[in-house]
Amino acid sequence: MSNTTTSAAEPLGAPAAGPGGGIGTETTGRVLRAENIVKRFGAVSALQGVSLHLEPGEILGILGDNGAGKSTLMKILTGYQQQTEGRLFVGGQEMLLRSVDHARSLGIECVYQDLALANGLSIYHNMFLNREIVYPGPIRLLNNRAMRKRTGELLDEIGVHVPSIELPVERLSGGQRQAIAVARAVNSDPRILLLDEPLAAMGAREAGHIIDLIQRLKAKGNLSIIMIMHNYAQTLEIADRIMLMQRGRVTYENHAQATSVPELMEIVRREYRALRAG
Amino acid sequence: MSATAGKARGPGLLATALRWREASILLVAILLVIYFESVNRDFLLTSASVVNLSQFIAPAAIIAFGEIMLMIGGEIDLSAGMIFAFAPFIMHFCDQAGIPVIIGLIIGLVASALVGLINGVITLLLRVPSFVTTLGTMFLLNGITLVMSAGTPVNTPGSPGLQAFFGHWGYSEILWALAVCVLMHILLRQTRWGLHTVASGGNPIGASEAGINVVKLKIGNFILSAVLSGFTGILEGFRISSIDPQAGGSQIMFLAVAAGVIGGTSLAGGSGTIIGGLIGAAVLGVLNDGFTLIGVNAFTFNIILGAAILVAMVFNIYMGRLQRTGHVT
Repeated sequence: MSNTTTSAAEPLGAPAAGPGGGIGTETTGRVLRAENIVKRFGAVSALQGVSLHLEPGEILGILGDNGAGKSTLMKILTGYQQQTEGRLFVGGQEMLLRSVDHARSLGIECVYQDLALANGLSIYHNMFLNREIVYPGPIRLLNNRAMRKRTGELLDEIGVHVPSIELPVERLSGGQRQAIAVARAVNSDPRILLLDEPLAAMGAREAGHIIDLIQRLKAKGNLSIIMIMHNYAQTLEIADRIMLMQRGRVTYENHAQATSVPELMEIVRREYRALRAG
Repeated sequence: MSATAGKARGPGLLATALRWREASILLVAILLVIYFESVNRDFLLTSASVVNLSQFIAPAAIIAFGEIMLMIGGEIDLSAGMIFAFAPFIMHFCDQAGIPVIIGLIIGLVASALVGLINGVITLLLRVPSFVTTLGTMFLLNGITLVMSAGTPVNTPGSPGLQAFFGHWGYSEILWALAVCVLMHILLRQTRWGLHTVASGGNPIGASEAGINVVKLKIGNFILSAVLSGFTGILEGFRISSIDPQAGGSQIMFLAVAAGVIGGTSLAGGSGTIIGGLIGAAVLGVLNDGFTLIGVNAFTFNIILGAAILVAMVFNIYMGRLQRTGHVT
C-alpha cells in the first residue's frame, strides 16, 4: 500500500503510480488529508483507520458496499460528526471540524444523499437555506429579491434549468433536486465539494445531466470533489482517482484510468469469499 | 430539467397556492357570515354581536399563532390552555406581593416562557414526543394552578385604563390579536427564524445537515407558543375582570389547534400560515355565534366543528398531493 492508504486491511490491490498523480507522494498542495480516521458508535466501529488525500482540482470517487463506512467518513469530513481518533488536515493545517458551519468556513461544502432540501420551501429559499440574505438592521428581514436574483444567476452560470425558482422543491424531479443541492453547495465558492451518492436512484438521462454538471464544475478549476458512489462504471467515468472501502477500511486505491470495473469486482469478490471463509 | 431557464420571477406557484388556500377558507368564512346574516339580522349588524364575535375569535387566534409555529415544525403544545389559566394567577400573586400590575404581567409572561422552555427541553433534549411532554405539563400545570388558587377565582388587578388596554375594552382583544397576527406573519414569512421553522418541519435531518440548529429553533417556538398562551390568559382575565383557575383548559387549546388546521396548517409539519390561523379562528367564531343566535345548541356546534376539522385536513392533504404530483398550477 502507498503511504497515503495506511489501512490495516490486507493490501488487495497494487496501487499504480499514474502519471502526474499524487498517489504515494507527499505533495504540499493537497487541499485535504485524513490520517487514520477511526469512528466508533458504542461497540461498533464504522471506520477503522481510514486515510485519504485530495489534490487540487481532482475528483476522488469513493466506492463501497452498504455499511462500508462511506457515509460516516463523509459526515466526519463535513463536520457533521467528529472522529473518535485520527487527524484531519485542511489546506495543510490540522483541524478538528467542530460543526458543519465550521467545515463550511474552511471551504468544505457537501451534498448529502437526502440532499438536505426543505420540501415545502421554494428553490431560491432552499438555495440559501441557513445562509439567507437579509436586509441590514436589527430585524434582519429576508431579502427575497436578492436571493431570487442570485439563484437565477447561479443556475444560469452552471447550466441548471428549472421551470421557475419559485417552485417548492417537492415539485422537482430527482435530477433537478440533485442539481439544486449541488448548485447550493457551490454557491459559496468552496474549495472542496463532497457529494454523497449524487446519482443514486436516478435514470440514465438524469444521471447524465448530473455528470455533465459535475464536469462543468471541475472545468471551472480550483474545486476538488469527493464523490461517494455505488456504481463502478459511472465512477470510473467521472473520477480521476478511486478508493474502495470495505468494512470501515480502504482496501484499494488507484487512478481511474488505471483500473477497470472487472478488476474492482474481483477485489470485492475476493473480500467477500475471504469473509465467508471466516 | 426543462428547457426554460431559471430566471428570477415574481411570486409564483407556491405563493399563489398558499394565497389561494387562505382565500378558500376566507371564502368559507364570508359565506357563513352571509348565511347567518340572512337567517338572523342581529348576527353582525349590532355592535354587541361584533364585540361578542371578536372576543371569541381573539383568544383562539392568538393561541393558534403559537401552535401554528409548533405544528409547522411538527410539534404541538397541549398545555397551552393550562398556561392560559396559570399566567394570570402569577400576575395576581405579584399584585398581592405589592408588585406593579404591569411588572406582574411581565413576570406572568416570563413564567409562561419558563413552562415553554420546560416543554421544549423535555421534547428536544430528552426526546419525548411533544404530544406526551405537553400532555404531562398540561395536567401538571392545571394542578399547580388549582393548588395555588385554592380553586377560587380572584378579581383582576390594575387601574381601569390598564384593564381596558389589556382586554376589558370591547375591541381591545381583537386588536391585540391583529397586532400579534401581523408580527407572527412577519416572523414566519420574512425572517430566517420562520424559514428555518418550515425547513425543520419539512425535513428535520436535512435542516440540521444544512447547519440549522433545530433544537434551539424548536425550543424557541415552544417558548413563543407558551408566552402567547399566557398572554391570552391575561387578556381574558382583564376582559372578564376575574381570573378563574378553571378558565381556558383543553377546550381553548383544541379550538386554537382547530383554527390552525382549518386555516391550512398541516399537523404533520412543513407548511402552515398565520393568517390562515386567524381566518380559521374567525370561521370557528362565526359558527359558534351563528348557531347560538339561530338557536342551535352547543352539541350541534361540536358536530360542525368536528366535521370542519376533518374536511379541512382531508382538503389539505389532498391539495398537498395534487401539488406534489404537479396537477395544480
